[in-house]
Amino acid sequence: MKSVVRKLLAHSAIRFGMSVLGLLILLAALAPWLGTVDPAAMDSANINTQAGVAGQFTLLDGTSLAHTFWMGSDNFGRDIYSRVLYGTRVSLLVGLLTAVVALLAGGLLGMLAGYFRTLDMVLMRFMDGLMAIPAILLAIALVAAMGAKLWTVIVAIAIPEIPRVTRLVRSLVLTLREEPFVEAAKALATPTPVILLRHILPNAMAPLIVQGTFIAASAVLTEAILSFLGLGLPADIPTWGNIMAEGRVQFTQYPGNVLFPALFLVPTVLAINLLGDGLRDVLDPKFAKRSAG
Amino acid sequence: MTHAVLSIADLSVALPAGGDRAHAVQGVSLDIRAGQTLCVVGESGSGKSVMATSVMGLLDKALRPDAGQILLKGESLLDAAPARLRQLRGQAMGMVFQEPMTALNPVMTCGDQVDELLATHTDWSAARRRAEILQVFERVRLPEPERMLRSYPHQLSGGQRQRIVIAMAVILKPALLICDEPTTALDVTTQKEILRLIADLQREQGSAVLFITHDMGVVAEIADEVLVMHQGRAVECGPKDEVLRRPREAYTRQLLAAVPGMTPPAPRPEPSGAALLSGQGVGKTYIARDWLGRARPTQALRDAAVAVRAGETVGIVGESGSGKSTFARCLIRLIDPSEGQIRWGQDEVAALPENRLRPLRHRVQVVFQDPNRSLNPRRTVGQSMVEGAMNFGQSRAEAEALAVALMAQVRLPVEALQRYPSQFSGGQRQRLAIARALACKPQVLVADEAVSALDVSVQAQILKLLREAQDRLGLGLLFITHDLRVAAQLCDRVIVMHQGRIVEQGATAALYANPQQDYTRRLFDAAPAALPPMEGTLA
Repeated sequence: MKSVVRKLLAHSAIRFGMSVLGLLILLAALAPWLGTVDPAAMDSANINTQAGVAGQFTLLDGTSLAHTFWMGSDNFGRDIYSRVLYGTRVSLLVGLLTAVVALLAGGLLGMLAGYFRTLDMVLMRFMDGLMAIPAILLAIALVAAMGAKLWTVIVAIAIPEIPRVTRLVRSLVLTLREEPFVEAAKALATPTPVILLRHILPNAMAPLIVQGTFIAASAVLTEAILSFLGLGLPADIPTWGNIMAEGRVQFTQYPGNVLFPALFLVPTVLAINLLGDGLRDVLDPKFAKRSAG
Repeated sequence: MTHAVLSIADLSVALPAGGDRAHAVQGVSLDIRAGQTLCVVGESGSGKSVMATSVMGLLDKALRPDAGQILLKGESLLDAAPARLRQLRGQAMGMVFQEPMTALNPVMTCGDQVDELLATHTDWSAARRRAEILQVFERVRLPEPERMLRSYPHQLSGGQRQRIVIAMAVILKPALLICDEPTTALDVTTQKEILRLIADLQREQGSAVLFITHDMGVVAEIADEVLVMHQGRAVECGPKDEVLRRPREAYTRQLLAAVPGMTPPAPRPEPSGAALLSGQGVGKTYIARDWLGRARPTQALRDAAVAVRAGETVGIVGESGSGKSTFARCLIRLIDPSEGQIRWGQDEVAALPENRLRPLRHRVQVVFQDPNRSLNPRRTVGQSMVEGAMNFGQSRAEAEALAVALMAQVRLPVEALQRYPSQFSGGQRQRLAIARALACKPQVLVADEAVSALDVSVQAQILKLLREAQDRLGLGLLFITHDLRVAAQLCDRVIVMHQGRIVEQGATAALYANPQQDYTRRLFDAAPAALPPMEGTLA
């Protein structure tokens, strides 16, 4: 196990991805102490402030405090810097939870389809049908049907990812179930659920983790797109997507309202994808490089 | 003495740092003259393949030759530019690899692949190339050369594919032919034909042959000279008869002694008592459906029967595709038989559903062929050892105590229980697999090619271990193998299978002395030659 950790840390893409993500997690966690104000608070005295201007900010309860608008404010007088930092929380949470939901559901369905041949036909045709619907359209339809709340958005983004995970897990299970150690376990009278959890799942973990990072990256992006389209989280929860959506109308005069959240979004997706690439190099022997360069 | 075609002097190839030894090959020298066959023989990890690949200039980048030289007809290969090496490969040296399916490109017809080689190395016209290819296909005795030209590799049998590879290796009449375990992936009857073909081609064109093998029987069959390698060093080198009959080195002696003979030992007294595992009329039919849903049945196994009693070893021998593994898997109920009865002790189990089968499963246990994959790589050995015993109702403490006792029986340290399977060698893993099976206190142990992936010396240890376990526990042993020599040494009775049917069966000594069926006779004839008796030992 120790050598795996060392190999992971030796990989430059993993180091980069982990550092960027670590920094973002830190920013998100420490948001209240990094010179932010309530991200939902509107101050009519500070509408469309330029980035970097220092001034007074009046909170909803009337208290006034000295505040620097590092990224300016929007046309409702909300502080963009605070909104972007609090938005980081939402984006990372959506990325992580979407990956978890998709992996759990897809992993379970994939194991069932791969191990029980009778279920395979029905499940996989259903998944094929699901895959025929464009992911973003499906997510929009699901949010529209379930209403826009944090958990509905996560579920709506996760569902289109499930068929891909199911296919991956199914193909892994189809190979693993023929492995002698699985047959040996069967001969040792190990019950089928235990075989699946103890012998098959751990050996399918590496590609699953890799797939999970890619899902997380695309979930962060999809959430931003949904919010940008006005179909994501309600406006009182700041996310990178709805900050950009609200900034769009004034883009020519105040480009910062779109650019600052984008400056967070792009490295986040890049970092998660690089992390995934790196994990694949290290964990998945099929993609392992001949010699570490 | 005529000039050597290939001359290797004091070759050393360094391994990357952190390996189990510093050099894959260390200080090896050899000479092969035209028309001579030099067999390099050694167990896995002896460096024999690394040496062959350094001659071809195809060494992995992590390995680098750091001393010595390789001369092909006087030209140094280690100093040659990559372009020159490419030119030499095919023209001056031909290569035949172990696995013909991976040596050929699956999306090109065989004709096109040979043609590509000729187009690269010659300026012959298309018509001339075609004529040459047809001619070489005749020479390697491929049936219907015209059809072979248009066939894809997957449409041919393993032996035919290897003939295509050999055709590519010899078409430009190279001075040196390098064969790296060319018959290891083939059945014995095919192996026999391929070995004869290589010998004939060599005689026709007077090539020097560098033949890498782990099989002493093959050495006895085709070698002029033998080089024995161990741990990267040349242990012994000399004419075949010298090395096989009067080995000077202890290691060679040990290697030769480990090769099982074709003569069965004196029969053991026949066991009495009821069968612990038996099958009657067992059949397995696979049904493939085409896109219209029409069934195309394939009978993998027909009307097979066997009975294994306590303390007895029954062998099932046959070539690949003979149905021997299908039969074994049906008997263990890893696959469901299509017809027939299977009894574990008194209980009829052929149609029993898995949940009712589970309480009985401890009676019949199994050891598989591939030691690398028969233990879950993500679980410690200890976790694997207690799994079966705990499934059959023992407490964790009991199962762990049993695992400790079993480690002693298979001669592994108790600390092994804390390690992962990847930290063991192939032979050690196979011992662990046996220990895992014994932990369930079985009545019958089914060994499906359990020693086929192992080196001969390790093979001998595992066979000894199985015998000991049998004597101690009164186990019935069902031993599936393609190796007639192993079956001769271990089995009391032998069943010969061919194309899904039992061809012949009988007591080992009687069957080997006097096979009744044509197929059995052919199979026995094809087995590699018996080793000449070593002098100075009671062999």
